[in-house]
Amino acid sequence: MRDIIKMIVVLALLGALSGGGLAFVKTSTEEKIEYQQLKFVKGPAIQEIMEGCSNDPIVDRFTIKDGEVERSFYVGVFDGKANGVCYEGEGKGFGGAIGLMVGVNLETDELLGMGVTTHSETPGLGARAKEDPSFRAQFKGMSLTEPFKVMTDGGQVDAVSGATITSRGVCAGLTQSAEFYGRLKAQIIEEAAAFAN
Amino acid sequence: MSETSLVQELTKGLWEEIPPFRLVLGLCPTLAVTKAVDTGFGMGLALTFVLVCSNILVSLGRKVIPPKVRVPCFIIIIATFVVIVELVMQAYTYSLFLRLGIFIPLIVVNCIVLGRAEAFAYKQGLGRSIFDGLGMGIGFTLSLSVLGSIREIFGAGTWAGMELFGASFQPFTFMVEAPGAFVCLGLMLGVMNLAGKK
Repeated sequence: MRDIIKMIVVLALLGALSGGGLAFVKTSTEEKIEYQQLKFVKGPAIQEIMEGCSNDPIVDRFTIKDGEVERSFYVGVFDGKANGVCYEGEGKGFGGAIGLMVGVNLETDELLGMGVTTHSETPGLGARAKEDPSFRAQFKGMSLTEPFKVMTDGGQVDAVSGATITSRGVCAGLTQSAEFYGRLKAQIIEEAAAFAN
Repeated sequence: MSETSLVQELTKGLWEEIPPFRLVLGLCPTLAVTKAVDTGFGMGLALTFVLVCSNILVSLGRKVIPPKVRVPCFIIIIATFVVIVELVMQAYTYSLFLRLGIFIPLIVVNCIVLGRAEAFAYKQGLGRSIFDGLGMGIGFTLSLSVLGSIREIFGAGTWAGMELFGASFQPFTFMVEAPGAFVCLGLMLGVMNLAGKK
């Protein structure tokens, strides 16, 4: 009997100590881990869009509640003014959802750039929406107030050849993201201003 | 416990009982993460940390832990340190963590760690256990680094990412695939046995 009690006590104590220790390590590394994950998954797209900014957009981020969803915004400071903002959008492509990173100039409502973060499009065709820099580059400077359309639909976007559906998905995602950008703009400007230096 | 015996505990892990070659323990990570020298080295460091920490705790608790439940106790101690390593790697060396992937959590069932807890730390004092853990860990790190270097140099023509040969070098890709790991390990075992004979 004494043996059993001793076993239970030792195991329980050990378990409690281990749990406590792990909880401590988890809370103290949580922020760092979140930063690393952002940096390696979304970082490359954000960095490209915010080229030339004087801060680290992954550190200078805030969230705004938009109804049910919480949206993250990454702030880019140019010439001491926090006038660039990146956020995530989503379009529907040929193989499922296409994750987009959209960068907007807060003063002119023009695109600073856009990047594809996650997708499951066909390699060599739709996947080039992510890989082909010339497809991404054309978005720079386009106005967010007009809907995005590929040229075959009478729009301004030159589609990736052989991947019209993917390109349409990207355009629809951008148009959709412009909608909530317009709705939240006042809040975005207010929050972003805090990061200016 | 004299000074020399502590040193012996440390050095035995470096040659006489070097884990993957002499004890032939811990082969799963040895074969799986030695495609390149940096993953091998990172894996070795992670294992060394877990090994030293678990040896310390097992040795300190050896009079309290009842023999019947010693294995569950070892597992709790080891698993705790493995999760700590995992979190710290995620926080500071995320790209290495991505490449080591599942092999970091698998340190929990690594037979070197469990073996040293059971065969050494549960019976020996604190000082000797620390040195034993350090020696074994460094030995493991060295083995993985050497194996990783050989495979990376021949299989990819690079060392820690640096280009070694010119563009004319034709990589011997067999070395970075799974069978190459076995062949390379076998050859190294053979060479070490030869060297030990003389």
